Amino acid sequence: MSTLHAALAIARKDLRIEWRHKTALLTATLFAILVLLIFVFARDPASVPLAAIAPSVLWVTLALSALVALNRAFLLEREHSALEGILLAPVARQAIFWGKWLANLAFVLTVQAIAFPLWILFFNVTPSLALIAVAGVAVLAAIGFTAVGTLFSAMAVRTRFAELLLPVLLLPFMIPPVFAASEATLRLLAGRPMGELWGWLRLLALYDLAFLVLANLLFPVVVDE
Amino acid sequence: MMTALERAERNIRRGLVIASAGLLGLAGVYLMAWRFTPPERFQGLAQKIFYIHPPAAYASEMAFVFAGIASLLYLLLKDERFDTFAEASAEVGLAFALVLLTTGPIWAKPIWGAWWTWDARLTFSLIEFLLFAGYFALRSAVRDPAERARYAAVVAIMGMLLVPFIHLTVYLFNTTHPQPVVVRTDKPALPLVMLRTFLMSFAVFTVIYIGFVTARYGIGARRIARELTDAG
Repeated sequence: MSTLHAALAIARKDLRIEWRHKTALLTATLFAILVLLIFVFARDPASVPLAAIAPSVLWVTLALSALVALNRAFLLEREHSALEGILLAPVARQAIFWGKWLANLAFVLTVQAIAFPLWILFFNVTPSLALIAVAGVAVLAAIGFTAVGTLFSAMAVRTRFAELLLPVLLLPFMIPPVFAASEATLRLLAGRPMGELWGWLRLLALYDLAFLVLANLLFPVVVDE
Repeated sequence: MMTALERAERNIRRGLVIASAGLLGLAGVYLMAWRFTPPERFQGLAQKIFYIHPPAAYASEMAFVFAGIASLLYLLLKDERFDTFAEASAEVGLAFALVLLTTGPIWAKPIWGAWWTWDARLTFSLIEFLLFAGYFALRSAVRDPAERARYAAVVAIMGMLLVPFIHLTVYLFNTTHPQPVVVRTDKPALPLVMLRTFLMSFAVFTVIYIGFVTARYGIGARRIARELTDAG
């Protein structure tokens, strides 16, 4: 069984479980709606227009709901000691990482795809082509931090404070991609020239590449006894 | 032949002696800064913190880098001494980072007019502090020593790769932090009398680092030795 096939099989299995339960998806979506609502109401409508805070709100929502989404990644495996079963399977450790990462990425992007139109609706964002670019930036940002999240959640579930530990560990690692993505969003929505965006987009791409490679290399260290 | 426990005890004693010498040196730095170094023309007395703040930054950075290198060596060689050293160095680095993060705002209030600004260097130090705070949160959450060592090493190595990214991210902004006055391409922009105190402080912080890490390494090694005696 090639690495790619094994990875796809693991990702399919995770997503199928997710699809049947839908609890995690629902939780993450409701959470995103709650964050959006808090921002709408916790502001002085007379002095702070919605448009002024829209880019920051988008990234607060996307980053926090991604955290909620990532937390579930290995919890299912822990409940029934299913991870041991996967580790016994005759596939490379790398394949397990790629599979888990693909499932996580798909899950995070699904939650973001639900939150994104809600943000457009609640914050009266003018529909334009720039929004497609913003969605692209969101995908670019998610690739890197889900890689880190996949590695860390494999560790966190085996500790005593799994639900708390993942956000604590992941927070510093989410800062560069979320920061760069929100800067890029700000410039896209303000219609700034492309020249101002390149630095941030390059940073995102470099982050994705660097952490996908390193997280993949370190994954066997984490899962092997 | 000394037992592991005796060796650990000796490390603690040595570390405390070195650290005491370093702390004495720190008192000397204060004395020099206070009595034998003139106040700075524009910043006045607030500038005195300069003899503590950059050396603390340097010491914490050194501590974190050594913790990262030791973590990598642990994964490669599986020698638990590297893990004990990484833990010691990271903890000392966290203490220095705390000095850095407290002296900064004390200086910033009179000079910048605000305790905190989201300036590149401040943000960088804060994120690095959070990174190693997470490192210790993880350590405390894992019971099995070998597993703890592996997980901690993974976080430290990931952290080593994160540092240049935080650097890039925060420096894409403009910075209002004072630029280096000693290490620069032309000659130091600091009067000789201030430079003398400043460099002495760097030396003193290095000594304190060595003392603290030696003692903390001894404490870690003693814990392992005791666990072994209890078990065996």
